[in-house]
Amino acid sequence: MALAEFVDATTEKKQTTEAVLELQEVSVLYSGKAAVKKVSCTIWRNRITAIIGPSGCGKSTLLRSLNRMNDFVDGVTIEGQILFAGQNLYGEAVDPVEVRRRIGMVFQKPNPFPKSIYNNISWGPSINGYSGSMDELVERSLQQAALWEEVKDRLQESALNLSGGQQQRLCIARALAMEPQVLLMDEPCSALDPISTAHIEDLMFELQSRYTMVIVTHNMQQAARVSDYTAFMEMGNLIEFGETDQIFTRPEKKRTEEYVTGRFG
Amino acid sequence: MSDFTPNTGLSFSIHKGVTRWGETAIKFWLGSCTALSLFTTAAIVVLLLVESFDFFMAVSPIDFFFGTRWVPLLKPSSYGVLPLLWGTMQITIGAALIAIPLGLASAIYLSEYASNQVRAWIKPILELLAGIPTVVYGYFALTFVTPMLRHVVPDIQVFNALSAAIVVGIMILPTIATLSDNALRAVPDSLRQAAYAIGATSYEVTTSIVVPAGLSGVMASFLLAISRAIGETMAVTLAAGQTPNLSLGMLGSIETMTAYIVQISIGDTPSGSIAYQTLFAVAALLFFITLMINVISQWILGRFREVYD
Repeated sequence: MALAEFVDATTEKKQTTEAVLELQEVSVLYSGKAAVKKVSCTIWRNRITAIIGPSGCGKSTLLRSLNRMNDFVDGVTIEGQILFAGQNLYGEAVDPVEVRRRIGMVFQKPNPFPKSIYNNISWGPSINGYSGSMDELVERSLQQAALWEEVKDRLQESALNLSGGQQQRLCIARALAMEPQVLLMDEPCSALDPISTAHIEDLMFELQSRYTMVIVTHNMQQAARVSDYTAFMEMGNLIEFGETDQIFTRPEKKRTEEYVTGRFG
Repeated sequence: MSDFTPNTGLSFSIHKGVTRWGETAIKFWLGSCTALSLFTTAAIVVLLLVESFDFFMAVSPIDFFFGTRWVPLLKPSSYGVLPLLWGTMQITIGAALIAIPLGLASAIYLSEYASNQVRAWIKPILELLAGIPTVVYGYFALTFVTPMLRHVVPDIQVFNALSAAIVVGIMILPTIATLSDNALRAVPDSLRQAAYAIGATSYEVTTSIVVPAGLSGVMASFLLAISRAIGETMAVTLAAGQTPNLSLGMLGSIETMTAYIVQISIGDTPSGSIAYQTLFAVAALLFFITLMINVISQWILGRFREVYD
């Protein structure tokens, strides 16, 4: 691809997108102590946004505040606003259960339910009143997660018999079955081997056309490979946010440059 | 021991045949303690079997296991154990009907809904219930529960199966609540998070994910509590009476296997008589039933345990 074409393509990519999540001075406090400090940025539709930074920088905490998973932690308070399709996620009238139906999550360690492969996928839609064909939904979700071919003949087997990489793809399929608008991924590959990691990364590329994704990773190569936008955090502060290409090649902040070139972290 | 010389090159000397006598003595002492409890159990089993064997030489096992009249002390005597077995079952079933729903509900509350502070208060109090002497429960049944029940069913007898079943239910409730709570809390948090993250409510997470995942421990707690109800003696002796009774109603006096054992043990039944030997036959049956339940609960724990890492 010629450079001009490439620039055109990225420009076009930028133009067709809209804001899905808008973070406005978001702080997350544990018993009054700030783990995330006044972070503002925008998550764009059908783009992959990576959050990178050293351990303890608040990147997972920030991610979990995007679908109110921090509600389960004692003593947590959120300041600022997170607008999802224009509505504050932490508004008084907002039902957190509803938020999590629209904004799905995949965790660091694969956590399939101790149920069959089929029921791992079907449970979420069934408790949420899904009325279409469950068989189709299960098949479609597993296909989207690139797992269908491997498990189609043993859907009734326990999900715990799958390998770690398969379990993680099952967890992605489980999240996709809810047809969420955003998929949050909290270091989804950190417990996986390189081949399974490559599988998941390929999967993210394929899902990009339909889903908005936010991925937390401590693996900079992964962020560079998969994401369109990158947020670099340190000590709870958002140091720099921009297109991945720019963050990794022409960072504006010295700290970002030091981190992406491996001088610390 | 060899002298220890650091950093002067690699050396390792083998002392063959070094015996540490202190170590040996301690091992022997600890082993003996274990052996003592094993020996005691074995001795009880042997005693029960030998004495019951004598009993079954005099009374046909068919009459014992299928007979419907238990009149061991009066002529004409009859040794059908069913009324005693039924008495025990009435208490056990009644207690289980009370304790299982309440205990499981308490466990779910403690494990899934209560804050850590609330749990830190409630659990010790619940465990305290388990420390109340059972004779107190019996007295409580007699002087409080039965008079209360009389307001509802006026023709209830002073000694009745219902009030005994109620207090035994209260008695085994902490066992179910604390053991089930432990089982539910052993379910990894990652499963709860996974469920919440696809838009489940607390109730859905609890009933569809947590309880099924902790089911083996929950079932084992039920069986352990049931086995305790079967073996419960003092409360039922005080509250349920000493009248072997094969009828359905729980408003009258009955007699459980354990209460019968108390009755004979403190009575003046001459040793060696058949009436005296019934003690061992009933005790052997009781032992066998509780043993079976414990074996089953161990099997459930092992068989259905989900392995989480």
